Amino acid sequence: MMTVLLLAEHTNDALNPATGKALSAARELGGDIHVLVAGHNCRTAAEAAAQLSGVAKVLVADAPQLAHGLAEETAALIVPLMASYDTLVAPATASGKNVCPRVAAALDVMQISDITNVVSADTFERPIYAGNAIQIVQSPEAKKVVTVRTSAFPSVAEDGSAPIEETTPPPAAGLSSFETAELTTSDRPELASARIVVSGGRGLQSSENFKKFLGPVADRLGAALGASRAAVDAGFVPNDMQVGQTGKVVAPELYLAVGISGAIQHLAGMKDSKVIVAINKDGEAPIFQVADYGLVADLFQALPELEAELKKAGH
Amino acid sequence: MKILVPVKRVVDYNVKIRVKPGGTGIDLANVKMSMNPFDEIAVEEAVRIKEKGGSSEIVAVSIGPAKAQETIRTALAIGADRGIHIETPDGALVEPLAVAKLLKSVVDAEKPDLVILGKQAIDDDCNQTGQMLAGLLGWPQGTFASKVVLDEGSVHVTREVDGGLETLKLKMPAVVTTDLRLNEPRYPSLPNIMNAKKKPLETKKPDDFGVDIAPRLKVQNTTEPTTRKAGVRVDSVAELVEKLKTEAGVL
Ligand SMILES: Cc1cc2nc3c(=O)[nH]c(=O)nc-3n(C[C@H](O)[C@H](O)[C@H](O)COP(=O)(O)OP(=O)(O)OC[C@H]3O[C@@H](n4cnc5c(N)ncnc54)[C@H](O)[C@@H]3O)c2cc1C
Ligand SMILES: Nc1ncnc2c1ncn2[C@@H]1O[C@H](COP(=O)(O)O)[C@@H](O)[C@H]1O
Repeated sequence: MMTVLLLAEHTNDALNPATGKALSAARELGGDIHVLVAGHNCRTAAEAAAQLSGVAKVLVADAPQLAHGLAEETAALIVPLMASYDTLVAPATASGKNVCPRVAAALDVMQISDITNVVSADTFERPIYAGNAIQIVQSPEAKKVVTVRTSAFPSVAEDGSAPIEETTPPPAAGLSSFETAELTTSDRPELASARIVVSGGRGLQSSENFKKFLGPVADRLGAALGASRAAVDAGFVPNDMQVGQTGKVVAPELYLAVGISGAIQHLAGMKDSKVIVAINKDGEAPIFQVADYGLVADLFQALPELEAELKKAGH
Repeated sequence: MKILVPVKRVVDYNVKIRVKPGGTGIDLANVKMSMNPFDEIAVEEAVRIKEKGGSSEIVAVSIGPAKAQETIRTALAIGADRGIHIETPDGALVEPLAVAKLLKSVVDAEKPDLVILGKQAIDDDCNQTGQMLAGLLGWPQGTFASKVVLDEGSVHVTREVDGGLETLKLKMPAVVTTDLRLNEPRYPSLPNIMNAKKKPLETKKPDDFGVDIAPRLKVQNTTEPTTRKAGVRVDSVAELVEKLKTEAGVL
């Protein structure tokens, strides 16, 4: 019987929605799924994981050195556990991407990154070249390490009640230590799992304009805010808002791209959205080639109008 | 202080690649190739550390066909001191695990204090090699770096994570992978490009390190993604909202 170890994404006191989506992919592999919650004082996250549908068991490793998801400590925990599992699955989040290759190298196997489809237990679909080509790859290796593009998989129900078991991590390696975090706080939905995303690009011109013009539209729609690389590089918004090949990949029901030209690196992060709207003053901008609805307009005029229309429509 | 910088030759980021008919791969004939953009950032960072007096030598390494030497020359023009080319057959696909093993051998021989890689090669989009190398070496890793500050025997790395930024302290020797905001790479000057031609470049083969580069994964096929069909233009914001409500049903 095949067994899968799923590495949970969490903040010790809450489970991140990425875990449930990676679980969807893991369930397609077949076999028992155990979820590993590695952290410190992470009982709440473990209890949330136990409720995810289709989990056979939750393993909790609770230790100070695991509090911040350090790759060295987390990989040292996972590698010996993998003796009892066929496949390690993790969401392709910043932390999944950080930890998994370290485990794969220790197991002497090639990782399959960022899968968008499970063809069979050993065969996966994954995008390459910023999503301009799709590969089907098969892994003949005895153990597999797979990271999952969460935007490509649905969440699972939360009707489970899996048993929670403690597992003892190895002693701290002490190679690295956590110093500080500057986390972005926002009352808006999380970018990776929002139903609507409103993104701005270089066309917004400043941080103030992001707040003044894009913010109210996002508020009316209950949307998450995203951005192009150019907007992040220019310091308009923090790095965690970057959508694209090398930022976050999103696939909301509605993606509104404002003042974004539509470079392939940006398209890579949003072209699987259900409905795409582009507002750009340049009618030739490549973003219009992927937009379901395109409006050629000056954003500084269009956004206040949009806010007013949404208000009128009861949003 | 010695810094090793692995640099990969990839299709230039401006090129719109074409998938070969029959699902056999990507058409690379006559396509412009460049250094992976994240690796330019890695070389730049190493050069800045050196310029601040923090480093005595920068070694650029590339694994790839004969032409990968051009990528090493670019690194030398930015400011690396010497190059190591590990030559692989034309068209051979070398996976991150094999690259990491080759790099480990180079690290064992060169004994750098720091290895700075790109976070991701923009062709395979794997985002694995740095983490694998750190794992094989048993070194700490600071991935997706937007700031690197050297200290006595350690390095502080600020990382771009999903929720914002976090700073870790790593014992040296360590592996760092670069994110976009770490620095803005310089354009090499003409004299530096000329000068780079005279810098030492050593050529090796994977066999010299006893590393088997045969791929572990089997690529069954490579296809074009499904393209979105072109949508419509709307003339006003009012029309847009109307269509999103009634036609698209997303409001
Ligand atoms: C290695 C690498 C990785 C990258 N990764 C990413 C990534 O993950 N995500 C990403 O987004 N990019 C990424 N990029 C960058 C990408 O190539 C583009 O440079 C970037 O997406 C451009 O951002 P932009 O569309 O905001 O800016 P621009 O291309 O400058 O476009 C600005 C747009 O705003 C419009 N505009 C200006 N003023 C107005 C106005 N008043 N009203 C309406 N429209 C207006 C203009 O017509 C233009 O189309 C990457 C690049 C590299 C090399
Ligand atoms: N063939 C190669 N030669 C040198 N460096 C490489 C090679 N492949 C990958 N790298 C390094 O590893 C990084 C991440 O690559 P990847 O894991 O393939 O996304 C790149 O940015 C390079 O720094």
